[in-house]
Amino acid sequence: MSNSVATSVKSFYEYQGKHKGILGWILSTDHKRIGLLYLWSMIGFFLVGVGLGVLMRLEMLTMGPTIMQPQTYNAIFTLHGIIMIFLFIIPGLPAAFGNFFLPIMIGAEDVQFPRLNLLSWWLYITGGIFAIVSLFLSGGPIDTGWTFYVPYSIRTSTQVILPLLAAFILGFSSILTGINFITTVHRMRAKGMTFFKLPLFVWALYATGWIQIIGTPVIGITILLVIVERLFGVGLFDPALGGDPILFQHLFWIYSHPAVYIMILPAMGVVSEIIPTFARKHIFGYKAIAFSSLAIAFIGTLVWGHHMFTSGMSDTARWVYSLLTYIVALPSAVKVFNWVATMYKGSIRMSAPFAFVMAFIVLFSIGGLTGLILGSVATNIHVHDTYFVVAHFHFVMFGGTGFIFFGALHYWFPKMFGKMYNEKIALTAVGILTIGFLMLYFTMFILGYEGMPRRYYDYLPQFQNLHIFATVGSWVLVTGLLLMFGNLFVALKKGAPAPANPWGSMTLEWQTSSPPPFENFNYHPEIKYGPYDYEHYDEAVKDEYK
Amino acid sequence: MNTNSQLVTHHRDDFGSKMGMWLFLFTELILFGGLFIMYMVYRVEYTEEFHLAAKELNLALGTLNTMILLTSSLTMVLSIVAIQRGSKKLSVFYLLSTIGLALAFMVIKAFEWGAKFSHGIYPGGEALANLSNGEVIFFGLYFVMTGLHALHVLIGVVILLFMLIFLLRGKINQENNIRLEAGGLYWHLVDLIWIFLFPLFYLLH
Repeated sequence: MSNSVATSVKSFYEYQGKHKGILGWILSTDHKRIGLLYLWSMIGFFLVGVGLGVLMRLEMLTMGPTIMQPQTYNAIFTLHGIIMIFLFIIPGLPAAFGNFFLPIMIGAEDVQFPRLNLLSWWLYITGGIFAIVSLFLSGGPIDTGWTFYVPYSIRTSTQVILPLLAAFILGFSSILTGINFITTVHRMRAKGMTFFKLPLFVWALYATGWIQIIGTPVIGITILLVIVERLFGVGLFDPALGGDPILFQHLFWIYSHPAVYIMILPAMGVVSEIIPTFARKHIFGYKAIAFSSLAIAFIGTLVWGHHMFTSGMSDTARWVYSLLTYIVALPSAVKVFNWVATMYKGSIRMSAPFAFVMAFIVLFSIGGLTGLILGSVATNIHVHDTYFVVAHFHFVMFGGTGFIFFGALHYWFPKMFGKMYNEKIALTAVGILTIGFLMLYFTMFILGYEGMPRRYYDYLPQFQNLHIFATVGSWVLVTGLLLMFGNLFVALKKGAPAPANPWGSMTLEWQTSSPPPFENFNYHPEIKYGPYDYEHYDEAVKDEYK
Repeated sequence: MNTNSQLVTHHRDDFGSKMGMWLFLFTELILFGGLFIMYMVYRVEYTEEFHLAAKELNLALGTLNTMILLTSSLTMVLSIVAIQRGSKKLSVFYLLSTIGLALAFMVIKAFEWGAKFSHGIYPGGEALANLSNGEVIFFGLYFVMTGLHALHVLIGVVILLFMLIFLLRGKINQENNIRLEAGGLYWHLVDLIWIFLFPLFYLLH
């Protein structure tokens, strides 16, 4: 684990571009800087979202009004959803870690369209600012829920247009990132980097790129139509003028269901990186994992109807959507089995990123399987629009993608910042996070199964105890988050310098100094072995990067 | 503007640039795809009313606009071919023609919309309020779809104006004309979408 290379090469932090200071960041087209810009802005939005979530839980601590009025509660759950979904978890892994690592992992200097990449970030920030500004405009914060269902979103007096515009702009940013990544994977791979030597995170980003391209324009047009409807009253979604509100739901979910896979696929890619590294073993079923990403991407675009089983839909449509929902669970299960099989007879090193992956596998499996309960028509009718749904998607989105976002942060932290963090504290944080998570969200499964409706401001006496338990869970969860971020923050300031390859991994991002130089490598990478061929570790990895 | 411009230029990749453009056009198609799905759903629901309402549109002006857009696509291609053969003057001429035709399209469109508005056919208009639901939806789709298309025409004009500046400054030249080609692709998309809008609104009675 030599450190000499890292010090002799100027890192991208030290590289002096045209601009200095803050301009050197916000006008930089270096994919690594853009990735970090995304990372910081996302963590900022995430903390705001967490704050709102904590307030919601605090409100649910007692029956009746606790700390706020019903209208405030409506605004807060809407904002919590909009911020977490559009500003944190959809851009999430691809925009932050994808930007930073996709080019390095395929041995390229940058993405195909660096300036477009910077534009994506600017659009992202513009969208974020719009969303925040909308809170203070006439009408007050939007209260439609993040789904913007018509006709309520057309009739409510709150400020709807600006948050919708924000979502539209964020979608545009997402599309541009998707286009950039797909083209980069096709055109910028290093010598010898064939498609089947691509790291699985790259495969996942590639599949995600396709969903972003296929799905996002549909929500774009749907959002535009709601804006037009509010401004001019055209009537396309207004039943009074002959429009069909159900059609809005269809168009909305045509995007917003695949968006779920935009959120989870990159996380699955990260898991496929972390497990072989810490098990020091070839990934089990490389091709199965790669193709299952594509399968999820394509079948995932056909299952949107399962969000609308109770909205009014023919029986045929219902069983078809239900069947497709079961089918899309198969490739996800293929991945889970492959990950577990990779660990079998591996030489596992327990570390913070690996601990996040362990938590992920359990939480995601629970989330995935309860998804099937929601996906089958008969049981869906009972738990639709209850806390069961809330619990399900928090298990998948937070327990799945969120945990892996943190896992990725811990996995790549040494590479991105050139510092090591305290492993013991990180492991403790994973433990606290998991306990808090289960207290908070598993309780919601029970609440939902017993009939507690989602988005309600108040509840019946029989739910009191469980609500208190969940709220306490939210405090534990926040403690874990603070501990985790605090630990990383201390590492950023005082951490020991990171070696080039602290985990002894084979993928390309570790075959360069930490943090990487401006052009990513000080040599031209040539790829002879697969990314997880640990039997060839000694030949494949140069001595200075071992 | 960017800190690593030397990096970007020393691997020029025209194929990659075109690939990115095609992917973007694909997203544009899907954007309109959402509207086409709506058209289909409402056409099935209100077949009779759609027949009735379509007769209100001015077929002559619609046809004229179709011809104008098709011709503009031709001049666009000619502009690209001209620069590839090294004739900057001719390329500029054809590009200007394309922009001129685009503006002509917009003027005719404005007359068409203006006529509808003066008859009270617009969202919230008194004449439209007396029509049946199906007809209201037809005109709603008409305004939204042709409006979004017109917006794309305007964006196209802006893009082509940039191309014109690049051409005049020699940034687009015989060796490096990928930007003009990409701009042309966008312009053809605008044309293509109209080719579908025209029969759906004007011809299907």
